Order: sequence, then structure tokens, then C-alpha cells
Amino acid sequence: MSSAYIDLSFSQVALAAALILVNAAISMGLSLGMERRLLVAATRTVVQLALIGLVLDWVFAVRSPWIVVSLMAVMALVAGVAAVRRTDRRYRGIWLNSVGSIFASSWLVTGVALVAIVRVRPWYDPQYAIPLLGMVLGNTLNGISLGLDRLTEELSARRDRVDALLALGATRWEAAQEPVRRSVRTGMIPIINSMMIVGIVSIPGMMTGQLLAGVDPLNAVEYQIVIMFLIASATALGTVGVVLLGYRRLFSPSHQFLHQEIRQRA
Amino acid sequence: MSTALLEGRGIGRRAEGGAWLLQDVSVAVAPGERVAVVGPSGAGKSLLLRSLAGLDPVQAGEILWHGRAVASEGMPGFRAHAIYLHQRAVVFEGSVEDNLRLPFTLTVHAGRTWDRDRAEGRLESLGRGPDFLDKPARDLSGGEAQIVAFLRAIQLDPEALLLDEPTAALDENAVRSIERLVGAWHAEVSDRALVWVGHDREQARRMADREIRLRAGRRVA
Repeated sequence: MSSAYIDLSFSQVALAAALILVNAAISMGLSLGMERRLLVAATRTVVQLALIGLVLDWVFAVRSPWIVVSLMAVMALVAGVAAVRRTDRRYRGIWLNSVGSIFASSWLVTGVALVAIVRVRPWYDPQYAIPLLGMVLGNTLNGISLGLDRLTEELSARRDRVDALLALGATRWEAAQEPVRRSVRTGMIPIINSMMIVGIVSIPGMMTGQLLAGVDPLNAVEYQIVIMFLIASATALGTVGVVLLGYRRLFSPSHQFLHQEIRQRA
Repeated sequence: MSTALLEGRGIGRRAEGGAWLLQDVSVAVAPGERVAVVGPSGAGKSLLLRSLAGLDPVQAGEILWHGRAVASEGMPGFRAHAIYLHQRAVVFEGSVEDNLRLPFTLTVHAGRTWDRDRAEGRLESLGRGPDFLDKPARDLSGGEAQIVAFLRAIQLDPEALLLDEPTAALDENAVRSIERLVGAWHAEVSDRALVWVGHDREQARRMADREIRLRAGRRVA
């Protein structure tokens, strides 16, 4: 790492925080009535980031595999729950499906990255394990929630057609494959789109961070390429996983479509 | 008594809350027989029919086909021979021909191919030319859609048809066409069986040899 990196002092951070006054001035000038919300948002930003900073500081200092793995588990759990919270329709077991798929896909891909690609020693080094998993989770979560949302929406909208196919002798897979395919496709579109434009329209957050930290641009690019492929594979695995689990939950082994299991969120 | 073609034994269906929607309903349909299921709306007629087709899980009882309980893995094969038709016809994207060809893409009908001449022959008997096959499914009237759904089913030569108020909400002409098609299908081979759900008693008498009556989820006759 080069010496160009500037360590921020408390007063420098406070100076940046004072920029919130720009928002406050606009809100008051135009009578937007957003002062309260601005205050809450600003406070949350500082408190939440300070907390995670303290937690990471401790985790980085202790460097215990148990603590790193526990934190990784909590991160995956929170992501799995967050994915379901974004969906409009639910079914019993959706939480388990989501947490299970996000766990399996993100841990597998992050594990491969730590052990075989980046070759971190020890593999649980929090400096690598935590940010890698975090980036993978943030994107997989998106794919899973889009995939789930699309699956329940497609199956609800096409309920009669799915049922009519079953009535003609279709297996549950034959009746469901069209909605299943569309759901997986929907879950994978965002990452493919961002792979298309990365570096041209957007400079990803991680690369920006590395550049700020003084990493050589070509080095930062190498990391970013690795990350993009990690994210793409984890998103694909997570989306396929959750959509197939949902399919198995919503179609019985007797090739019945259990449409009454899908419930619109109140 | 000879073996029934299709039999439901002690069928029970329960609502989420625990109340029975259908309770201990048994019905046996012999080969060649035409049975009407009648009763006030909400009596469970459609539920019974869907249960007989194995389309909904039942909480009690079992379905027998040719005297044998239908196993989970045998469900598609069973449904290919005992076809259920929805009250509101379901048509898929594409033309009428696409709709008629659709079932032949399913594993259960592998080895069979769509027979254009036969389809045209059936359409002719309804006074429709072969150009009807090219008609986009989205342009079909309710009656036409029901005819397409019906043709799609009978071209598979099912041994039993389970019809859920197939003529509800259709105009008189369409009702007559459907009734004629059902009659012709049944007469074509001697042991084909029909289960007809409807609330028009007059029509039920026309379409069936005997009727079973449901009230509040139970069989009363």
C-alpha cells in the first residue's frame, strides 16, 4: 500500500458531517418539512457505521476463526431475511428457503475465493473474508428476492394455465418450468447488466475504495474482476437454489399445484 | 359389482381453518357411465371434481382408477386418461393449432403426434373451416375457447372426462356445440365415462344417466 493514503481525523469527519446543513437549508428554504427525517438519517448513518466499525475493529484484532465464522453466519442470516422482506407474496417456508439458498451460495463461492482464488492464509483472515462475503451477499440477496418475487407472481398470474397443463397430464416440472425459467432469468439480469457496464458507466465501490487506499489501479482492477465473477456465480447459484426450493414447496410430489400456499402480503 | 373406472372413497377436504369443505364423499363411476354432480353453489361440487382429478390434495380418502389407488408418480399418467376441464376455458399463447398441439409436447403423451385431419374433421362437424386452426387464441370468444379446450382434451382419447360447469357463462349456441361434442365423444367408444358438474338440473338430466347430490360438503343422494 502506498503512503499517499490520508488517515482522516475526527475534525475532518465532523466537517463532512456539517454538509448535512446543505440539505437542511434546502429543506427549510423550500418548506419540505424534512428536517426531522434528515436528522434521523444523519444520526443513523453515523451510529450504524460507528457500530460496525467497532465490531470490525474487534473482529480484526481478535482474528479468531470462530468469531469470523459467527459474524459471517449473522451476515448471511440477515441477508436471507432481507431478501424475503422485499417480496410481495409469501408462502410458508419462504424464510428457510431464502436463508438456506443465500447461505449455501454465498459461503460456497466465498470459500472458493478465499481458499483457491485469493489464497488467503489463514482462510478466515477477516480482512478478506468479511468484505468478500459482504459484497457477494449484497448482490445475491438482490437476485434471490427478485427470483422469489417473480416466481410467486408468475405462478399466481398463470395459475389457470399451470393447472390446465397438470390436468392434461403434465408433470409438476413440465407445468412449472416456464415460470421457473422466467424467475431465474429475472434474478440474474441485474448482475449481467452491471457486468455489461462496469468500468464504463460505473466504477464499483470496492475498486473506488482500493484506489482511495492507494492501491495501484491495475491491481484494483484485478480484484474487481475477481469480485464480479464471484458475485455472478453466487447470484446464479442463490437464485436457482431459491427458485427450485420454492417450486418444490409449491408443487406436491403428486404433481399438484398448491396455489393456496401463496399469500399476498397484507 | 364390476370394478369402477374412477372411484373416490371417503374423500375429505379441509379448509385451512380446519372446517371440512367435503366430508366422507364416495362416488364410483362405472365404464360407460355418465354421472352428474348437482347441488347448490358452495356445496363442494367443484372441489369434489378437482379431488377426483387429483389436482388438489385431499385430507381424507383416496382416488382409485381401474380399481387401484393412484400413486403420486402415476398422477400424470392418470390425468392423461381422466382429463379435467376448467369452468373457464384455459387457452395458451399462440394459435388454436398451437393449443391443440400443446399436449403432445408432454412426456406422458410422448410417441403420439397431433393429427391435423382429425382436428379438421371435428371442427367441420361444428361448422368451422380449417382456417379456425390459425386463429390467435387471444381472439377466441368464451364459447370458442371452451370448444378449443374441449378438443384439446378429447383428441387424447381420454377414458373419462371431468367437466366443471363447462357451459356456464356461454351463449346458447356454444352450449349446444359443447353438449353435442360431449355426446359424440361419449358415444364414440362404449366404455367412456363422464362426470358432469353443473347447477342446471335440466341440463344435468340431459347430459347424465344418474346424478349424485351434494349439500354442504356431504353427499345426500
